[in-house]
Amino acid sequence: MLHLTIFLIFGAVCVAGAVNLLVQRHPINSALSLIVVMASLAVEYLLLGAEFVAAVQVIIYAGAIMVLFVFVIMLLNAGEEERTKGSRVAMIFGIPGMLVGSGLVAWVLLERSGTHAVEAGALPGPPKTIAWLLFHEFLLPFEVTSVLVLIAIMGAVVLAGHSDSGGPAKKEG
Amino acid sequence: MLSVGTFVLISIIKIVIALIVLLTAVAYTVWLERKVVGHIQNRWGPTRVGPFGLLQPLADGVKFIFKEDLTSPHVYRPLYIAAPMISLIFALTSIAVIPVGNWVTVGGIHTPLQITDVNMGLLIVLGITSMGVYGVALAGWSSNSKYSLLGGLRASAQMVSYEVSLGLSLIGVLIMAGSFSLRDIVDAQGGAYWHVIPRWNIFQGQIFAFFIYLTAAFAETNRIPFDLPEAETELVAGYHTEYSAMKFAMFFMAEYANMITVACLASLLFLGGWHGPLFGPAWLQAILPLFWFALRIFGFLFVYIWVRGTLPRFRYDQLMAFGWKVLLPLAIANLMITGLIVALKS
Repeated sequence: MLHLTIFLIFGAVCVAGAVNLLVQRHPINSALSLIVVMASLAVEYLLLGAEFVAAVQVIIYAGAIMVLFVFVIMLLNAGEEERTKGSRVAMIFGIPGMLVGSGLVAWVLLERSGTHAVEAGALPGPPKTIAWLLFHEFLLPFEVTSVLVLIAIMGAVVLAGHSDSGGPAKKEG
Repeated sequence: MLSVGTFVLISIIKIVIALIVLLTAVAYTVWLERKVVGHIQNRWGPTRVGPFGLLQPLADGVKFIFKEDLTSPHVYRPLYIAAPMISLIFALTSIAVIPVGNWVTVGGIHTPLQITDVNMGLLIVLGITSMGVYGVALAGWSSNSKYSLLGGLRASAQMVSYEVSLGLSLIGVLIMAGSFSLRDIVDAQGGAYWHVIPRWNIFQGQIFAFFIYLTAAFAETNRIPFDLPEAETELVAGYHTEYSAMKFAMFFMAEYANMITVACLASLLFLGGWHGPLFGPAWLQAILPLFWFALRIFGFLFVYIWVRGTLPRFRYDQLMAFGWKVLLPLAIANLMITGLIVALKS
């Protein structure tokens, strides 16, 4: 019961953070809302018994990736977003449509898919299990993903090093 | 099993004691720093308030409370106010999973000397410290001043860079202990080789990891020689330029609380935690582990202050080059060698 209550509270915090992310006009407020989303997701994982995933979620997403987001926003000194009126059709049909759509998806998942909701804490995820899965059963996808990340890094270096002289730019300091 | 009521009561008592001890330690670390740096520079340090200036932290606290709290008109107010709180909250939270001694039985209740004993102790400390960056970064940005912004940018870049080496230097210890639980890691370091050399991790080949951790920890806590985020000769005071009174004090307390956390982690992971010679009557044997642990933390803080009194500040590009080109490869090499040895042994 306590688990379920905390789960619902943090679920609500997570959704509120996500909505706030969209509503806020200043990029830094949006980034901070995203951190709230990440952190409450970590709590949800923890409540489901996946302690390792929860800790990694905080360390990687909230602690490293979002720091870089905030860093970039600070570096570019991005100002407030200009708000256009937007399409009225989107306001009238989009928001109710989205609500109906997500309600439908939730209903189908709960009632028609034949799957069950997992009891809180029913699937423990100690690091040993995760390591076994990553380095035995899913070794190939894991390694392929790391190559993919490497490609992304190389792409970033190429884009950042794109200078007027044509060749790879000399890195300073 | 304890009943819920007892559990809550014990937890509250432990939290209150831990917070009081931590905040007192923070205050007296400041006193220690002023005293030691004073003596290094051939001065006396604080002497006026109380014997040996021992009441100086109290006077400082009163001063911080009664100072005028200036807020310049151009700051981004919500984050400007939130930033010092974020810093301090995350600095104080990590004490929750740090064990300070063995299990004790008081009045029939068997409980660990730790607020909560979790499997993921080390990861939780790392997660919480990595969230602490936001306090500094947001303080720099929301102050809307160029010195603060530069300080904030430096802090976030530096902390993210050195966190990588810090994390990697700890993995060697984790491989040897086979657990993320701080208590298990300490328990694995009990005993001694030939009754002389203790089985601490630094005597089990993790000495390089220890120095990598030490260096990265200095950078993580923004201490000299890595105090670029607040380098007063170039940035006035860096990220806390625009802060005064209690808000400034919060940053100050967060820095010292982080130092103490880092010292606790170093003692637990590399220096055998609370292990040490036990002798005398039963009550003494119960207290001695706490004493040995506190002694290690004191030694660590003393090294912190000693380095501050000795070394000059790095240049910023040197700092980054050192972090990525020297410390990180060393940490990875240490990790690979440790892994290889452990794999060959098993």
